[in-house]
Parts: sequence; structure tokens; C-alpha cells
Amino acid sequence: MDSPSETAAATPGDGGEAGRTAGAAGGCPGTDNIISVRDLCYARGQAKIFDGLDIDIRRGGVTAIMGPSGTGKTTLLRLMTGQERPDRGQVLFDGQDVTKMKRRELFRMRKRVGMLFQNGALLTDINVYENVAFPLREHTRLPERLIRHIVFTKLQAVGLRGAWKLMPAELSGGMARRVALARAIVMDPEIIYYDEPFVGLDPISMGVVVRLIRRMNDVLGLTSIVVTHDVDEVSTIADCSFLLSDGRVAASGTPDALRDHHSDTVVQFMSGMADGPVPFHYPAPDYAEQLRSMRGG
Amino acid sequence: MFNGALRGLRAIALEVLYNLRGFFGTFGAGQLFFLQILVNLPYALARPRLVVKQVYVAGVQSLVVIMLAGLFVGMVLALQAHNTLSRFGAEDTIGMVAALGLVRELGPVVTALLFAGRAGTALSSEIGLMRATDQLSGMEMMAVDPIKRVVGPRFLGGVIAVPILTVIFSAMGILGAWLEGVVILGVDEGVFWSQMQAQVELREDVMSGVIKSVFFGVAASLLAVFEGYNCVPTAEGVGRATTRAVVHTSLTVLVLNFMLTAWLLGGN
Repeated sequence: MDSPSETAAATPGDGGEAGRTAGAAGGCPGTDNIISVRDLCYARGQAKIFDGLDIDIRRGGVTAIMGPSGTGKTTLLRLMTGQERPDRGQVLFDGQDVTKMKRRELFRMRKRVGMLFQNGALLTDINVYENVAFPLREHTRLPERLIRHIVFTKLQAVGLRGAWKLMPAELSGGMARRVALARAIVMDPEIIYYDEPFVGLDPISMGVVVRLIRRMNDVLGLTSIVVTHDVDEVSTIADCSFLLSDGRVAASGTPDALRDHHSDTVVQFMSGMADGPVPFHYPAPDYAEQLRSMRGG
Repeated sequence: MFNGALRGLRAIALEVLYNLRGFFGTFGAGQLFFLQILVNLPYALARPRLVVKQVYVAGVQSLVVIMLAGLFVGMVLALQAHNTLSRFGAEDTIGMVAALGLVRELGPVVTALLFAGRAGTALSSEIGLMRATDQLSGMEMMAVDPIKRVVGPRFLGGVIAVPILTVIFSAMGILGAWLEGVVILGVDEGVFWSQMQAQVELREDVMSGVIKSVFFGVAASLLAVFEGYNCVPTAEGVGRATTRAVVHTSLTVLVLNFMLTAWLLGGN
């Protein structure tokens, strides 16, 4: 593996054009990319979320996409899966441009992927078993015996075979996410997107989910993309990490490489500093002047 | 003073224009949504269990409300009819008056309004919450179209339930009218039923009510699922969508009722 200094790419903000060029290269080793994001631009109203974003996701690895809140991590997942359309740029999934896919093509592509939403997104009117069986019932005509076999295999993999009868409302946050993971892998996808999988979990549940992501990836031969801001947890399982800031890749590389990075943005994020390039205070007028003007009003 | 009034008028005109633009925008979106549902209905028809479940949720679970409302509406109708008709010595016709009022107007309209309040709100808030909790996005990510899987069966369930509920409402109303007129006010039972039998036509009266109820079922179910599906995915957004569903359905039913009545009477 390359040394941190070679793999970690500088931020455009900190390192100028060199940073962007390095970001475009992906910053992580490997040439077999399952997803390539090219020159992605996306704005919501007046706010630019992405401005020329370039990312390569290596097939078979666990890739972390990190960044402070509001940098567009979840939006990037939505763009990658065709839930939203960019203003400009390409998202290539196995060579096919997701941004130009019609609904039918998108659905065909989505049969090859799984997604774990932040809250699990389990269907609340059916039980755990039916939730996991849902994609099978919708897309296959398998006999009930085989469906039962597959569902229990997947539930066993996430340790919740015994909870098959429970309704989603009866599950804890960690259990709901594990059921959602079982559902995400039930169609044997090639790639799984995880949207903030560690949010709101207790340390035990978090440890379970962290290990499950790595184990599923290795045992089932998946590609995993984990969107998170939990640096410590994801660092233990990620092969490659991208740090987003100001609509671009501020840095990329292995978790160790990011830790050794010297740019202010990366150092602030990795060490959890309250103030820095990402300011603690939302832009505001002078404090004393604001108090005076409010008193006058 | 004059300038102030002008400014006020301008503000009102702008507000009206803004609301009109919103109305036509929503109206167009609603029509497209309706077309999408119709195109995807074969999916729901191929999965009758989903539709039957929705008929149960929208219809069977509304039965108590519909039956109670029907009973008391019928009783009030008989009471008012008796009070007025007795001045002309025509209190024996209250059975006919109550039955005509119920099967032609009150049955379909009140049932649709109650459906909007009971089942329509449940539909809107359920779909809205599914939107807010990413269940619909989750389905899309599993390559399952929510219009097919969620909206279609619920729409169809409502369309089937409303005419059945209307018939039950009218039947309970007639029972209420009998209770009030015959049992309490002492109108002759034979005259009560024979007047009704002689004057209420199956094709003109009963069927006109059923036809209305089908239109109201389509309108009430469509507006409920449309508002829920297109709500802002927040707690406030779901609440607003639910309110809009009831208000829009109520107004639509009343306007539609006038148009349908004019059409059905004009056909005679």
C-alpha cells in the first residue's frame, strides 16, 4: 500500500489546483472502479452543494465518505443512486451514466444495489420477516419455502433470526438497522450504500454494525460505501476515505493517511476541533451592533 | 388614504393570483398523478390481497362511524320532515321524503365527507409518514415503484369502499327514519314503507346515489393519496397535507355533487 503522503490528496482550498487534481485521481489505490463521479455540480437554490466533484470508488472495498454536517454526503448518495439529478457532471456506475438513466434503467440498476437508510426505512405495517422478504416477493417468483430459507439465512447473518416475528416498532435502533441490512443484502447486491449507519446507536450496537459492514463486505464480496461523520468507527473498517468540504474532495486516502494530513480542514475534522476552516459561528453581523439595533427596534 | 387602499387592493389581487397559480399547478399535478395511478392499477389488481386489506382499513374500520352517522341523520330527517309535513297533514310521507333525501343526496355526500375525515386523513398521514421516514425512498431503492405498491392499492381500496359505505349509510338512515317516524312519532308503519316503495325508483334514485358515490370515492381517495404522497417530509408537512386532504375533498365533493346532480336530473 502507498504511504500516507503519497495517497492523501490535498484540499483545493488548502492546496489550490494541485489538490483538485489529486482529488480527481481518487487518492485511493486501485484501477477497477465500480463508481466514478466526474465533475459533479449540484446546487440547491442558491447554495452550491458540489462544484466539480471527482470521486472513484474501488470495486470490492469499503469506502468511507466523510465530512462535516451539511457538506452533502447524503446528497452525494442520492446522486449516486439516481434519486436526484445533478446540474452537471457524470456518475458512472459500472460504466453507465446514472444521471442519464430513465426510470426503468434506474430500477434495473437498483436491483444490483442495496441501501441502508439512516433510520432503517423499514416498512412499519409488516413484521421483520416480511420486511426482509419484501424485495424477493416483488422481484422474484420463488416458492415460499425458498423465500423462508433465504430470509432466515440473511437474518441469521445479522444475528436477528429470533426476531423474525417482531414489528419494526418493537425493535431498538440498532436492531432496526440490522434488519434493514438483512433486507439490503437479500437480493445479493454488488454494492451497498450506508447512509449514516452509526447515528444514534449505543456503543454495543455500533460495534455490531461496524463489524457487520466489514464482514458482509468481505464474505459476500460486496462493495460498500459508508457515508458518515464518525471518524473513529469508520476508520477501523474503511479501505479508503474521502473527506468532503466546500463541494469538493478536501482529502482522500486511507484512514491513516487522513490522520497524518496537514491541511487545516482535514486536521479540524479528524481531531474534532470546534473552530477552524469550518467556523463554529454561523455568519452574523457584529454582536454588539446587533444587540444595539434590536434594542433600538 | 387612496394610495393605501390601492396598495391593499394590489396585495389582495397578487394573493389571489398567487393562489390561482398554485391551484392550477396542483390541479395539473393531480391529473398527472391520477394518470400514473391508472397506468399502474394492473399491478394492484394482480395483487388482490393488497386491495382487500385497504378495503378493510378504509371501509370496514369506518363502519361504526358511518352507521352511527347514518342512523342519526335519518332520525333528524324524519323529525324535520314530520315537523314540516304535519302542518299539511302529509306526515305519512316522511318515509318517502327521508329515503329520497338519503339515497339521492345525503347518503353519498355525507358518506364522502365522513370518509374524508376518517379514512382520507389516515391515508394522507400514513403515506406522508412513509415519505418522511424514507419508506418510499427505500422502496424506490429496492426498485419498487411506490405508486404501484403503496398508492394504487390504497386508491382502489377507497374507490371500492365509498359506494359500499354509502349504501350502508343510506340503509342505516332509513332505519333511523323508521325508528323516529314509526316507533317514536307514531306514523303508520304500512304507510311509511309503502310510500317509500312506491316513490323511490331503483334506476333514477338509488342508482343516481351510487353513481355519485363512485365519483366521490375516486375524488376522496385521489386527493388523500395525492396530498400524502406529495407532502413536505416533516411533521408539519404531514399535518398540513392531512388538513389539505380533508378541506380539498370536502370542497370537491360539494362542487362535484352539484355538477352530478345537474347532470343526473338533466338526463331524466
